[in-house]
Amino acid sequence: MQTQTMGTPTTSQAAMPPRQHADRRAFVRQLLAATPDALVVTGLGSASYDVFAAGDRDQNYYLWGAMGGAAALGLGLALAQPDKPVLVITGDGEQLMGVGALGTIAVKQPHNLTVVVLDNGHFGETGMQRSHSSLGADLVAVAKGFGIANARSVDSTDACAALAQQVNARQGTAFVQVFIEANEPPRALPPRDGPYIKNRFRAALGLNPF
Amino acid sequence: MNHTPHTPPAWQEAIFKVLKEGGTRQIAYVPDAGHSHVIRSAIADPDIHDVVLTTEEEGVAVCAGAWLGGQRAVLLMQSSGVGNCVNMFSLLQAADLPFFTLVTMRGEYAEFNPWQGPMGKATQAALELMGIHVLRASKPEEVEEIVSAGFDAAFEAGEKVAVLLSQELIGRKKWERK
Repeated sequence: MQTQTMGTPTTSQAAMPPRQHADRRAFVRQLLAATPDALVVTGLGSASYDVFAAGDRDQNYYLWGAMGGAAALGLGLALAQPDKPVLVITGDGEQLMGVGALGTIAVKQPHNLTVVVLDNGHFGETGMQRSHSSLGADLVAVAKGFGIANARSVDSTDACAALAQQVNARQGTAFVQVFIEANEPPRALPPRDGPYIKNRFRAALGLNPF
Repeated sequence: MNHTPHTPPAWQEAIFKVLKEGGTRQIAYVPDAGHSHVIRSAIADPDIHDVVLTTEEEGVAVCAGAWLGGQRAVLLMQSSGVGNCVNMFSLLQAADLPFFTLVTMRGEYAEFNPWQGPMGKATQAALELMGIHVLRASKPEEVEEIVSAGFDAAFEAGEKVAVLLSQELIGRKKWERK
């Protein structure tokens, strides 16, 4: 594998200017630092590690499985908690597995839901095989096609401040594809104990056990 | 087929009554004729979010998210959809979440379409393999009690419960278009 071509569609390299790639850890850290009230759902794998590495907090819900479920889980949560910003942070592979959820989200248009896809164009957790996202698929076009009008891509931490402002404003469903470097930062493993994560998340919202 | 019956079957009205009185706030669904009254009622109810899905496993995740946010959600699907959900059911056990689904059955009674047979016959076993408790309602007069029992087990005891609605309840599908 040629590391210098990771994350860039080879078919369009000639036609497109070189694309920047954000550092995933820095991007997530800056975004979360500016969205302290957000309820955060993470897709399994590196996205969970990135969010945990930015600082564990009770209102993070880390997935360690249920691949393809992060955005749909974020939808149920956003509908239940309309007064809180809900931020789904996942990877391209996880979002691709549950891509229909973007259509389901678009139908509901929850005003407080933002889906952030950290896109390195690869399945990072399983050996860096290339994903559809670096083989021709355009996730922003997919999101727009489903009806999420506010869909865009960013490629630098310079976008974090405006994105955080949008998350906090809760004024419409948004989809953001973040082009990131296809590297593997040090592991930072969040808790895997599902009931513990669930109970502290609900407690942070003031919800009682049944 | 008549897609907008003026009077829905009483057992379908009873299901919506149980869900509504139980405080259900989200109803996620892949449609089926047997769920049509509940879906119409959810769409018409300003206190209930109706969530139409592209595939059933999204609904498992939607229900999980709703519970994390303090709302009761229910998934409606057909027996074929249970197969689509299998890995997503892991979420329910891994986090020990309450879960309630209503499954209309195919492939078991006066079935016309052989493609419905394999998943219909495996539906109960697939749910049980994934740790979901299965109840079944086959007669109109027992639907309300069984749905209510399953709903309470889910949201009062935190169980994962499926109620299968027998194909016999829904009756023979009419294949001629007039």
